Amino acid sequence: MARNKEALVLVVDVGPTMHDILPDIEKLCTMLVQKKLMYSKNDEVGIVLFGTEETKNDLQKEVGGYLHVVVLQDIKVVDDVTVDNLRELPRGTRNGDFLDAIVVGMDMLIKKFGPTNKGKHRLCLITDAQHPVKEPDEGCKADQVNTIGQLMKSHGVRLDCIVVKVKLARSVQQKAADENIDLLNQFSKNTISKIIHVDGPTSLLGALRTRNISPVTVYRGDLELSSSMKIKVWVYKKTAEEKFPTLKKYSDKAPRNDKFATHELKIDYEYKNTEDFGKVVPPEQRIKGYRYGPQVVPISSAEWEAVKFRPEKSVKLLGFTDSSNIMRHHYMKDVYVFIPEPGDTKAILAVSALVRAMKEMNKAAILRCVWRQGQGNVIIGVLTPNISSADNIPDSFFLNVLPFAEDVREFQFPSFNNLPASRQPNELQQEASDNLVKMLDLAPGGQEELLKPELTPNPVLQRFYQSLFLRSKHPDAQLPQLDASLLRITGPDSDILPELNSEVDNFRKQIELRDNPKKRRSTKRALLEKPSGSNEEAAAVVQAIDYHNAGPSAVKVEKIGSSNPLKDFEEMMARRDGSKWVEKAIKEMQDHIYGLLENSYKGDNYLNATECLIALRNSCIREQEPKKFNDFLHYLCENQKTLDLRDFFELLSSKNITLITKTEAADSDVKMEDAKLLPLKNEIISQE
Amino acid sequence: MDLDPDGIFRDDSGSEDDLLREKESTKDFSVYLVDASPKMFGTVATNEVDEMGETFFHAAVKCISESLKAQIIGRSSDEIAICFFNTREKKNTQDLHGVYVFNVAERELLDRPTARLIKEFSGIENSFIHHIGSRYWIEPASRENSLYNALWVAQALLRKGSVKNVSKRILIFTNEDNPFRSISGAAKADMIRTSLQRAKDAQELGISIELLPLSSKEFDVSIFYADLLGLEGGEMPLFLTSADEKLEDMANQLQKRIFSKRKVKTIMFVIASGVSIEVNAYALIRPSVPGAIMWLDSVTNLPLKMERTFVCADTGALVEQPRMHFQEFNGEMVKFTVEELAEIKKVSDGHLHLLGFKPLDCLKDYHNLRPSTFIYPTDEEIIGSTCAFVALHRSMVRLQRFAVAFYGSSTHPQLVALVAQDEIISSSGQLEPPGMHMIYLPYSDDIRYPEELQIYAGTPRATDDQIKKASALLRRIDLKDFSVCQFSNPALQRHYGILQALALGEDEMPNVKDETLPDEEGMAKPGVVRAIEEFKFAVYGENHDQEEAAKKGSTTEASKKRKAIYEVALKESASYDWADIAEHGKLKDLTVIELKNYLTVHGLPVTGKKEVLISRILTHLGK
Repeated sequence: MARNKEALVLVVDVGPTMHDILPDIEKLCTMLVQKKLMYSKNDEVGIVLFGTEETKNDLQKEVGGYLHVVVLQDIKVVDDVTVDNLRELPRGTRNGDFLDAIVVGMDMLIKKFGPTNKGKHRLCLITDAQHPVKEPDEGCKADQVNTIGQLMKSHGVRLDCIVVKVKLARSVQQKAADENIDLLNQFSKNTISKIIHVDGPTSLLGALRTRNISPVTVYRGDLELSSSMKIKVWVYKKTAEEKFPTLKKYSDKAPRNDKFATHELKIDYEYKNTEDFGKVVPPEQRIKGYRYGPQVVPISSAEWEAVKFRPEKSVKLLGFTDSSNIMRHHYMKDVYVFIPEPGDTKAILAVSALVRAMKEMNKAAILRCVWRQGQGNVIIGVLTPNISSADNIPDSFFLNVLPFAEDVREFQFPSFNNLPASRQPNELQQEASDNLVKMLDLAPGGQEELLKPELTPNPVLQRFYQSLFLRSKHPDAQLPQLDASLLRITGPDSDILPELNSEVDNFRKQIELRDNPKKRRSTKRALLEKPSGSNEEAAAVVQAIDYHNAGPSAVKVEKIGSSNPLKDFEEMMARRDGSKWVEKAIKEMQDHIYGLLENSYKGDNYLNATECLIALRNSCIREQEPKKFNDFLHYLCENQKTLDLRDFFELLSSKNITLITKTEAADSDVKMEDAKLLPLKNEIISQE
Repeated sequence: MDLDPDGIFRDDSGSEDDLLREKESTKDFSVYLVDASPKMFGTVATNEVDEMGETFFHAAVKCISESLKAQIIGRSSDEIAICFFNTREKKNTQDLHGVYVFNVAERELLDRPTARLIKEFSGIENSFIHHIGSRYWIEPASRENSLYNALWVAQALLRKGSVKNVSKRILIFTNEDNPFRSISGAAKADMIRTSLQRAKDAQELGISIELLPLSSKEFDVSIFYADLLGLEGGEMPLFLTSADEKLEDMANQLQKRIFSKRKVKTIMFVIASGVSIEVNAYALIRPSVPGAIMWLDSVTNLPLKMERTFVCADTGALVEQPRMHFQEFNGEMVKFTVEELAEIKKVSDGHLHLLGFKPLDCLKDYHNLRPSTFIYPTDEEIIGSTCAFVALHRSMVRLQRFAVAFYGSSTHPQLVALVAQDEIISSSGQLEPPGMHMIYLPYSDDIRYPEELQIYAGTPRATDDQIKKASALLRRIDLKDFSVCQFSNPALQRHYGILQALALGEDEMPNVKDETLPDEEGMAKPGVVRAIEEFKFAVYGENHDQEEAAKKGSTTEASKKRKAIYEVALKESASYDWADIAEHGKLKDLTVIELKNYLTVHGLPVTGKKEVLISRILTHLGK
């Protein structure tokens, strides 16, 4: 992959005004080299510092001048030493001259690679650009920049400038800073250069593309407005997610002293017959089965190829439409960019005319795209205009993929205006919310926008590469915490302004939030009951009913308490979500009654117990469970001696509470005349 | 077969985010209770007398069959039963009057929809009156309560499956808001009471009952159905469909409601320290893909079971699922345990943290990675959530701002934009629900700048005239009422069309229309053609087509070279009698260069070893 090999010279300002931000620059640069170590091991890096006390560079030795510029490391293939060099940059004492430093960097690249134009060459300047560059011996500064620019262009060197915004040392220097920015902007006239302004450590870490991915076109060909009018375009990805690296699986089976062990694990897949267990089916005997509902339809690949949908490679216009017809949330995927075919002036003009007309009229175009021949599907996308910000870059389009009818689920939600008054904010609450939205402003006028996606690094990847490097040095090291400068991404700013704080306080005061006691409990219980699976799943089950369908759902009774046993009992008996409840209710009621009798002192619980027994009796008749009641009454009889229940049974007979008879419930085997005799009979038996 | 119940290995499968996929573990069991009373066969009142209006019954059948088709594609694990009530004939396990459970062969009463079911159900209208018939049972003479019977049958159908992982629903399609209007007195009170009790019993078993009213006039829920459904005062308005709707709209409305809302997850939304509310996340837009394939044994057509084994590459030994992973870095092997990798990804606590607000134009067109997620507040656990959410929503809509927040899920923490969406209602109902859309933002590493690859000192820009011509073109080719979901996916339609045909054993392959092709007719209109020609002339100049043709005609360097090689080869190979040489097995005596000449002339690949070349020549000669 030598084609993609990159030689990069980091040109870093280490002057006094940079000292505050240097730790973050060190982090950025080490991250850059670490990623190179992982993904492009053959890349080369050189380091130039300026603003240093001492001077050490070839140009000074050869022609003189170029003071306070130090070549910390010549251009060489990345290694640990490079990382170590960048980890602790020396602090300088002078106000640096970035033009001198750029020239030194250019000189290194030219000397190293000469006229051969192999690979990519890049200069990366990191400075606060607030100190004036010195007047050149001849001509003006602008001329000098031009000369350097020409040189860069002829050698194909790219320039990335990261201008760090720091507090200006003295207000007089504002002019110098503006002049410097102008000078840097001038580079972009004839070179590929880019200036990025960063305002703090968070965006600094995201400012530099730390991994080079050479762009590949998704499609090269015609954008067909109609069969007669076509525009030649190239399509690239504009966004593509950088994934967490896939690590290999480690095997510790290899002998310890085997130096050449790969320690890799391979995964083998075997397809086995379910009936004839253990019999492996060879690949040629396998056929793909496609599901259609519960049916599985076997189709061989050849058959499938013959019938499947196969559109022609093309990008066709369906029409234009008002951009308001397309909602932002309908964008489905990562984004493409359409650029006119490089070098084709006609295409550049055609795209430019369309882009500007679309922007003016607030229109978007709908396209049907098939990127490759043989692709099995089509994409419907929305093309939106992108007016180029730089003079030397052509206008282009962005394309976002839109959903098909099958991809959209149109659920309906209650209108906010129809919500009950208790769920709608009152005026004070609305005002507090308005103020909060106004005050928590990430893009205040006149300042750089905060947390711009373009400048926000991925905290997970940052942390992974940090961990990786740390572990490569110290295999047993603890995982590092998330870098402090990245905390701004994952949570609110910790040192916010006091006036903002009061808005937040006000909002907190106005919006009263409290736990819903009933629901809290039920969720927790559901969690406990669920033996496996994630918490989310369990919670989802409990809340699966939408709240407008759920109605006033009370907490279901699952136990008979002592405070209101009769009510609990009735509710449990009334539950229909399982037959076990009736049984459970009867059992618990029996226990309750027995408990009452057992703990009765001089019959003080008898009345309660009788009431409960009546309820139990009635329920048992209703539920056709006479045996349960009768057995219980027999059981009480048997124990009447131990519990001294003579008075209780007298009470029962006075209230005419008997065994459940056959006339009351068909399942009962107690005859009418026997029912009443029970306690008496028992008494007789016990007396005998 | 869940290989990874803890989800620890989800990192291996890429971006499997929890919010991206709906939970497949929860299933829906639904019984469609379709009223088949004579009133349902009345036509929708239209002003035109001569036009034969469509019946309510037709609308119900149509929307059910449409949603069945959608369901077989989207959620084929859901089970359904279709049941008519107020029918002349009866067919149900309880043998109750006026209830007819519709089913087809090779299918249980409550089961996943099959190709046959959809086919036969779609065509049921023709034979309905003849075979099943319509009769209104609730009248003084009959003493039958068909609604009660229907609910009972439906409840019995839904007996299987535990409430824990199945959501059970009864959907009633009717245009009668007062089912007991013809009877009075004690009989009426009794029928209402028993019906309500039946509904209450069903609800206590965890079955939700929903009503999909069809009506040309106002459907008054409060007469009877509010009690049946257990609605509260505030919830009524959702059920009121406006009066003079077209049947088409009505069917659309029904279809939207036929699928139960499936929440993906409940998320804690931290607005500020001490102010946390709860929101439910819904996946309103997710790409539908053809279902997963299964491997079958081609001899028996029985499904095969896949087994995964881990083999140590060094020793060949079988090993357990590894807990240790490694990354080569700078020539070293850096090891991490599975837990450590999970720990690295855990940069936040799983909640949604508000970071601040930005004007809407800060959200660029290329700030997108994945389909968005819809969030709507819930007071289920934290009372006041809805109120706080609505307040923020209103402020954001009014001030034209979106919120930037960090969604710290454990597998895929990401910066998101929350865009407040105001409710959009049209005459046919809700088009866009109110709430916020969570849009996943790229990080700096995810954004590329291919447009900056090529730079030209004097990049041309379109002139005002060219822009004017382009504007004229835009006006000509205008899709006025474009809506994002007007096209169905031709690849998916074809996929399922083929499967449906094969599943039903039909020989004819369906011809699926590709709706995504441009409107050739419209493009050929003279006005459009003229606008295109004018624009073309403005940007390309006069003789564009000729120039293009000329460009195509002129040969490039590469093709010249190719031609030269071909001619040399032709000359060289002509001096051999190939058939004769091959016949005598003398091909191996020739040099590779000589062999290649033959191959070049006949347009065959010239790669490979000598034996390969010879065999290729022999094959070509037909030997």
